[in-house]
Amino acid sequence: MDGPVLRARGLVKEFRGFRAVDGVDLDVAEGSVHALVGPNGAGKTTLFNLLTGFLRPSAGSVRLEGRELAGLSPERIARLGVARSFQITSLFAELTPRQHVELALAGRTGLGWRFWKSDRALGRFSGRADELLERVGLADHAHVPAASLAYGRKRALELALALALDPKVLLLDEPTAGMGVEDVDRTVDLVRRVRDGRTVVLVEHNMNVVASLADRVTVLQHGRVLAEGPYAEIRRDPRVVAAYLGDSDAAR
Amino acid sequence: MILSMLARRPVPAVAGLAVALALPWLIYPPVAMDIACWALFAAAVDLLLGFTGLLSFGHAAFWGGAAYTAGLIALHTGLPFPAAVLGGALLAALLAVPIGYLSVRLRGIYFAMVTLAFAQMVYFVANQWRDVTGGENGLQGIPRELFGLDLSDPFYFYYAGLPFVLAGFFVAWRIVRSPFGRVLVSIRDNPARARALGYPVDRYKLLAFVLSAALSGVAGGLFAISHGFASLQEVYWTTSGQVVMMVVLGGIGTLWGGALGAALIVELNDRLATAGFEETGIITGAIFMLVVLVFRRGIWGTVRHLLASRAGASRAAAPEPSDNKPANSDTLSDARA
Repeated sequence: MDGPVLRARGLVKEFRGFRAVDGVDLDVAEGSVHALVGPNGAGKTTLFNLLTGFLRPSAGSVRLEGRELAGLSPERIARLGVARSFQITSLFAELTPRQHVELALAGRTGLGWRFWKSDRALGRFSGRADELLERVGLADHAHVPAASLAYGRKRALELALALALDPKVLLLDEPTAGMGVEDVDRTVDLVRRVRDGRTVVLVEHNMNVVASLADRVTVLQHGRVLAEGPYAEIRRDPRVVAAYLGDSDAAR
Repeated sequence: MILSMLARRPVPAVAGLAVALALPWLIYPPVAMDIACWALFAAAVDLLLGFTGLLSFGHAAFWGGAAYTAGLIALHTGLPFPAAVLGGALLAALLAVPIGYLSVRLRGIYFAMVTLAFAQMVYFVANQWRDVTGGENGLQGIPRELFGLDLSDPFYFYYAGLPFVLAGFFVAWRIVRSPFGRVLVSIRDNPARARALGYPVDRYKLLAFVLSAALSGVAGGLFAISHGFASLQEVYWTTSGQVVMMVVLGGIGTLWGGALGAALIVELNDRLATAGFEETGIITGAIFMLVVLVFRRGIWGTVRHLLASRAGASRAAAPEPSDNKPANSDTLSDARA
């Protein structure tokens, strides 16, 4: 594939003098799975928030197929084709999974504004919603309030919501965070299945997940890009090894 | 239209309608009209507080602004009172556009304070603009014109005004149970997530704010026509506070609960005033504190919760091949309330 679909240049985010993201360049190739890794506090989630408009960059640019995203609102960016999941499961407690997905599907239509219509009008998305729930393995849990779902299922619903937006670029913030081994394997399978015709950027701590999914890996440290390349290269990079050892072992 | 409401919630809808129709037989008719107006006002505020997650402390601007507008239209044009009421509602909606635009992006207490500040500005204008509003004397002698019918008896006026209140309640119910209402609830529960799904949250809140103001305007306009005067009390901040109190008493996010809160406070104030007791605030305040401390869901909310947990208990008694433990979901809903 030619040319990056998502391209960041000189991205900076300052919080009161502290540079959480400090001049990051990022090229995400179309159709690839691109992992962002790095020790805690490296700026991964901040970078995510910059790419999706939840934070406004202090400097730099983000382009989606050449179109500038920096400064646009999150809802605008979502509509342009960049969907995200949240690291901390972020759902609507009282709505069922099916209602969640219907809402996500209705986002691109004007249906949400129709205050004079019955909410049954949302039922026109229920077929597609059920398909998506089936795909993430939630078909049997479509009708319980999201708050009562088990953790792994909430994560699956996060993924279904992002997919419902049919995005060009799918950003997944730690999709396997806090999952047991079984759920991790299921999620890896799921991401593998949904990546067809899509570009995926994921923040991930679990190196097995990165190894089995990512085409390219960008390693962040102290808000900067430490290294970038295929996983096989990255894992032998002495700087990366030092960063991870320094972060996890030296403290003991 | 109304039929769809009856079909979806038959028992409460029929019961509510029956109470609304019987009210002036049961209590003093002017008080019944007051209750109806405040009930609609409370439902309008609950649309924001319970279903959008916005605590407005400035809705007196819309209730009072509409009261003055309806009064002026009735006094100076001689149009039938429904036109005056709708004119008041229109003004309230127009007034809500700039106020909402400047305030909905603020969160929590800041939103409440800014709406309060705008309402105080409206109060200031109403107080100073004596030529139009009558200043401290208010607007007096507002007629109740309806094609020459004699509506001077409050008993008959109640039935002339009730359709507006019922229509207002229907509109509020329709909004809550619409695709728009679904988006509002999602914004209330998780605005960041709603934005990530592509919903422009602030614009949704603005529309909710304007709709709420319009319904408050219907209530306020009708109130002024019913009393035959509009005074500074209608735009005073205590009016904003009282309606919030009614919503909390009845149950936030229940829509109908506000009507119970309104009935309780209006009737109580009337009885206390008739008995010559001046400091009604002490009694209503004490009841308010009691409800907030003991029944945090409000009156209607508590009843609904009890009914729901009884239904939940009988469902839990039947064996259910599901890994959703009812006990677990109960604790979750408790934690949320």
